[in-house]
Amino acid sequence: MKQELLKFFLFTALIGIAPVFIGKGYLINVFVFVGIYTILAVALNLLLGLAGQISLGQAAFFGLGAYISGVLTATHAVNPWLSMVIAVVTVGIIAFILGFPILKLKGHYLAMATLGMGIIVYIIFNETVDITGGPSGLSGIPHLSLGGIIFNSDLKNYYLVWFFAVTIILLSVNLAASRIGRALRAIHDSEVAARIMGVNARLLKVQIFSISGVISALAGSLYAHTVTFISPTSFGFNVSIELLTMVIIGGLGSIYGSFLGAAILTLLPEFFRTFQDYDIIVYGLTLIVITMFMPGGLVRGVPLLFRSLFKKEPMPQSNEKRG
Amino acid sequence: MLRIESITKIFGGLKALDEVSFTISAGEITGIIGPNGAGKTTLFNIVTGIYSPTSGKVFYEGKDITGFPPEKLAGLSMVRTFQGIELFGRMTVLENVMVGLHTKSRSGIIASAFKLPGHVREERRIRERASSWLEFAGLADLANTEAANLPFGKGRLLEIARAMAIEPHIILMDEPAAGLNSRETSDLADLIKKIKESGITVALVEHDMDLVMEICDRIVVLNLGHKLAEGSPREIQEDEKVITAYLGED
Repeated sequence: MKQELLKFFLFTALIGIAPVFIGKGYLINVFVFVGIYTILAVALNLLLGLAGQISLGQAAFFGLGAYISGVLTATHAVNPWLSMVIAVVTVGIIAFILGFPILKLKGHYLAMATLGMGIIVYIIFNETVDITGGPSGLSGIPHLSLGGIIFNSDLKNYYLVWFFAVTIILLSVNLAASRIGRALRAIHDSEVAARIMGVNARLLKVQIFSISGVISALAGSLYAHTVTFISPTSFGFNVSIELLTMVIIGGLGSIYGSFLGAAILTLLPEFFRTFQDYDIIVYGLTLIVITMFMPGGLVRGVPLLFRSLFKKEPMPQSNEKRG
Repeated sequence: MLRIESITKIFGGLKALDEVSFTISAGEITGIIGPNGAGKTTLFNIVTGIYSPTSGKVFYEGKDITGFPPEKLAGLSMVRTFQGIELFGRMTVLENVMVGLHTKSRSGIIASAFKLPGHVREERRIRERASSWLEFAGLADLANTEAANLPFGKGRLLEIARAMAIEPHIILMDEPAAGLNSRETSDLADLIKKIKESGITVALVEHDMDLVMEICDRIVVLNLGHKLAEGSPREIQEDEKVITAYLGED
């Protein structure tokens, strides 16, 4: 308990002072995106890491959040904060309704259904040109502002995005450690036993799917108001795969791991520009290597690796059930 | 307590259970025995809402519960354990039992995420009660072990401790002694007797005849989906039909 709190304060302090070291150049802009992807990865981790339910369509909720916020503000001049609330609530309701039929499915079928959902939503962004601007995108989305401060610089956006990211991390850590988190992990390990213990698995899965959608929509709205321009390519299939890779690199169920995964996958391409065209191959290879050799992800895997290297202890066998 | 009324279950063309009826009385230990394929586990799966019967009804504490899903039955204080233990492998022993207290707590998603004061108190209470159930099952020193790392016998005890945490009126155990050595089986017998003494009705499917004859008040014998016999352990031991079913005809 105390340890968790200390970890959280250390993390928050680190995020708070990081701009001093990052500077005001291009890199701070990259860290704004690390923040947005951290929120998205944590959202997926609640669903995949805790409840064991895969989603290959997270980009749909991310995109819906961005487009609802974007269209309301850019086209209809709604207050940005209000549009953010509308985006988050609407996506929550959509995810809740979609969740009932989708989460009846398990394993590969669930993966295919969520994949389909992601692709359909992507097509909608492209085809409803009158509303979304289609493939050429939607511009003129206003920045958020709060009591005279307009979040129009990278540094201001950094603090704006990370305020939300850190809050989402805290709430997620709390949720994971709670009765609800235990029920979700129980569903992951044995759904039938969880139900025998009185866990309404069906409803709880839909609820966490919806919450995952809500958090992703929040990230979408933040994205829209930070970048002020959105186009469908930011919310396509490869974004969903990228998010999955982040969660798996960091470790299923490890909330801080999701930050690590998001940071690695956002920062690396910046340093290795040549990867750009091959990103999906790099993600694929990373996924394969991590799941084969470090199924617990980096946060759990690296300490184990070090221990086995320096203390000559064998690498413990993983108890992961692969579903 | 639990009344099973002409339950029939057909899988494809196979009749797993055929018009089976019997009653489990409150406060007793009822053993359900029979050769492999008799339909014992199918019966448990129907009673606990994992399957629904093709026809027939299940009454529990005077209420028709046919087709109730397992989570609803937990709310009515009915619980079961599984033949090939179903633990939450990546959770600790203590956490497994804490899941057993799910129906005894109510903090929702919002209260949990924001750590509202009521939730914090409830969480402390869950932890304390779960610890006392571990004491009950003699697992207290393993509280922080990951459940997947438990030896089989301890896993069985954990499954029972977790089931006890929901404070059941009836506990259905599917082959609790399977895979246990004789020392572990006798510990198990003591534990089941202790459960009965605390006023809980027990139904068990079991192959270990010594255990069944030692602890059961009544026995129901199933064979090929039919009820073959019903009675006290002594009556069952002397029943011609039962002896034939188990040993075959000359």
